[in-house]
Amino acid sequence: MKIHIKGGHLIDPSQDIDAPTDVFIAAGHVVALGRMPDGFHANRVVDASGQIVAPGLIDLCARLREPGLEYRATLESETAAAVAGGVTSLACPPDTDPVLDEPGLVEMLKHRARMLNLAHVYPHGALTMGLKGERLTEMGELFDAGCIAFSQANVPVADTQVLYRAMQYAATFGYTVWLQPTDMHLAAGGVAHEGEVAARLGLTGIPVLAETLAIGLMLQLARATGCRLHLARISSRGGLMLIDQARLDGMQVSCDVAVHALHLCDVDIGYFDAQCRVVPPLRAQFDREALRAALADGRIDALCSDHTPVDDDAKQVPFAEAEPGTTGLELLLPLTLSWAREMKLPLRLALARITSDPARVLGLDAGHLKVGGVADVCIFDPDAPVMISRGTLRSLGKNTPYLGRELLGRVSATLVSGQVVYEGAARGRDTP
Amino acid sequence: MSLPDAERLLADLAAQMRPHVTPETGLIGLHTGGAWLAERLHALLGVSVPLGTLDVSFHRDDYAQRGLARDARASSIPFDVGGRPLILVDDVLHTGRTVRAALNELFDYGRPTRVELAVLIDRGGRQLPIAPTYCAARLELADNERVKLATDDGVLSLRLVQE
Amino acid sequence: MARNPQLNKHGELQHLLTTEGLPRDVITRILDTAEPFTVVAEREVKKLPLLRGKSVFNLFFENSTRTRTTFEIAAKRLSADVINLNISTSSTNKGETLLDTVDNLAAMQADMFVVRHASSGAPYLIAQHLEATGRDHIHVINAGDGRHAHPTQGLLDVYTIRHYKRDFTQLSVAIVGDILHSRVARSQIHALTTLGVPDLRVIAPKTLLPGDLDRLGCRVFHDLKEGLRGVDVVMMLRLQNERMQGSLLPSPQEYFKFFGLTEEKLALAKPDAIVLHPGPMNRGVEIDSAVADGHQAVILPQVTFGIAVRMAVMAMLAGGNA
Repeated sequence: MKIHIKGGHLIDPSQDIDAPTDVFIAAGHVVALGRMPDGFHANRVVDASGQIVAPGLIDLCARLREPGLEYRATLESETAAAVAGGVTSLACPPDTDPVLDEPGLVEMLKHRARMLNLAHVYPHGALTMGLKGERLTEMGELFDAGCIAFSQANVPVADTQVLYRAMQYAATFGYTVWLQPTDMHLAAGGVAHEGEVAARLGLTGIPVLAETLAIGLMLQLARATGCRLHLARISSRGGLMLIDQARLDGMQVSCDVAVHALHLCDVDIGYFDAQCRVVPPLRAQFDREALRAALADGRIDALCSDHTPVDDDAKQVPFAEAEPGTTGLELLLPLTLSWAREMKLPLRLALARITSDPARVLGLDAGHLKVGGVADVCIFDPDAPVMISRGTLRSLGKNTPYLGRELLGRVSATLVSGQVVYEGAARGRDTP
Repeated sequence: MSLPDAERLLADLAAQMRPHVTPETGLIGLHTGGAWLAERLHALLGVSVPLGTLDVSFHRDDYAQRGLARDARASSIPFDVGGRPLILVDDVLHTGRTVRAALNELFDYGRPTRVELAVLIDRGGRQLPIAPTYCAARLELADNERVKLATDDGVLSLRLVQE
Repeated sequence: MARNPQLNKHGELQHLLTTEGLPRDVITRILDTAEPFTVVAEREVKKLPLLRGKSVFNLFFENSTRTRTTFEIAAKRLSADVINLNISTSSTNKGETLLDTVDNLAAMQADMFVVRHASSGAPYLIAQHLEATGRDHIHVINAGDGRHAHPTQGLLDVYTIRHYKRDFTQLSVAIVGDILHSRVARSQIHALTTLGVPDLRVIAPKTLLPGDLDRLGCRVFHDLKEGLRGVDVVMMLRLQNERMQGSLLPSPQEYFKFFGLTEEKLALAKPDAIVLHPGPMNRGVEIDSAVADGHQAVILPQVTFGIAVRMAVMAMLAGGNA
């Protein structure tokens, strides 16, 4: 299959390309940019006129709910949602049922994803068995089965010695450990950012201290063990300052932020909107401003959707009883674009945060459209409206504070490994 | 249309009532016009039982349509109604619904031996089988007209209101 | 931000969920309406026909015999049919969701739900659900949700204060005790600030105070004596048993020593200061018996006024706002 993406404006931050450029694809790879190679006969021309052509998006955290939670979502539904949102690669945390702590489960997941041939799926292995924070997993076996990093998802490790040893062990093999920094004791019972809104609504607060204490601990453990650390879902200005300081001291550490945390803060809980119940909690407005600025100047490495499909029954309960999480795969692009628009940032910088930067964090040769690379492509119109509604979302998770809202940035086509796997409108046409 | 003089009607009403007032008789005015009237009658007739007032807001049958009145006041009946003859006093008798509400509320306080009704004006238009015992004047009014009692330092007067 | 669901599209009271954001004239009207209801109890027949033929469901997902009883009396004095449901011991244990329960009861032609729930915001969820499903003729009264609000308690407290002090704009008021976990304190704070109390103080150890309290318009004190100096009104809060010993407080004895209201400490307030308590009291923990039974305590009148205030709220909701 040879594909000619014609007439589009190519933005590839990894190559500093931001110009009208045609893309030529053969056998799943990019074979040329700009000029058609001699003897290239396209089976298919994808008309990208008036559209942006970019590397497929990479999501650092998307829950697919398989195995075990198929009543919420399936690998099939969520990878379809991913490509509808322009996401061609995604890392999934190990908090499935059972937890991804056995190589067999990981192989099965990778195999199922390959059979579906939608987005590339990169599982994170569990750092401890059952995420219980007691026994180490067989990280080496899990890595060989396809795990690209090790994580505790949102489950903190209570025992500091276990965490210390887990990071020592991971460092032995050079694996990266992903941790969502929360002190479980300070956060116990908490459901919202500790501040004026929580005080008013009578919701149990999670203090910023729960994040900063955990970051301080994790940074010190990383320094002591030499383990590569990625801090997932930073939520506070205080947390960012600690990471800044660690980098000034010469530490290598990466971090990400959930895209909804760039736009929402605790005030958006309004009158107990359970759609705004997320982990970590939506923090104060000045935290949000700090996150927006830090992502712009690269102190936060990348964005993620933190996609978490939750069924209606688990959301239509009082706020504190609601299950945390929001659907995000199909909102990642439009919400990234609106952040860039509001911050007056160039499109290529915004795209870097969801293509080349997350690829670097994951250590993947992806997130670019270099000649010879895998042809994962996202074609979109940054100014076209998308309605976020139960009907339009492809994900089985219909839970988001953005329900009923219109956002800008519509994906018209997505290619994975050189195949068109999603088409929003009838843009492509086969040539005889 | 010229309205009769309220002070003359008051004197007339007092004259009708006087032969029937006993030392046991209790006078109860209905808020707000009836209360003013009852206050004057109480003095004119030399009634020894203290004056009672009723606000029927909480017993009105149009509560479901019109909601709670904004200026509802506490009823005050500072004597035992049980075993006593009572005279309800109101300024204008129209549909009879206010009197119905007043009778309902009154019986929540006890069981009087007899209840009579004194009004300054009967304007007709009854929707319930209720009739005044004492009445100073009868008036024919159009449906969109209302006659209201006013007081100025205790001196009563009547006003015609078009709706 | 979403519209406050307790007011309808015309800004009128549709449900009573919180005292926060309740317009001053609505609060005043509730208090004014309650006034004539206080004397109903003195009559031979303690009933008014305002809610005749209406069904009031007391939905208590958390047990509270005392609160349920006051709502029950208020509804019955208005001639409503009252159905009491203690749901903590029935359907939710069988897996029925909160909204399933509400749908079921709504289908039984309920006119009013009085809701008590351990989770903050539960009555909002019910009110929003009723609105979303086109059943906004059913009114919801919050009878206490988690740590969030207990609006009828807050309103009966301001009714009591008005009864003894009249003018809110001249008052110093101190709220003493476990503010962090208290829905009563939140409802008091919002009602008092809306009514224009210029000096509102909260007095508690730091472990019993939420963050950012000063932004709600309160001055924070950690010393009871200092905080009580010159106040007109002392509002005591109940300290829950489970919070008396542990990581919030070391012991009830130490709490009483530093934060318990005694005659000696009350003497620092104005001589005519009144003392309120939402009950049930822990004598010797938050309040000394000499104060609880003393001439400055208005704790029993609070209970009487509470019924009148709840009658007023029910009558205003059921009758529309005219």
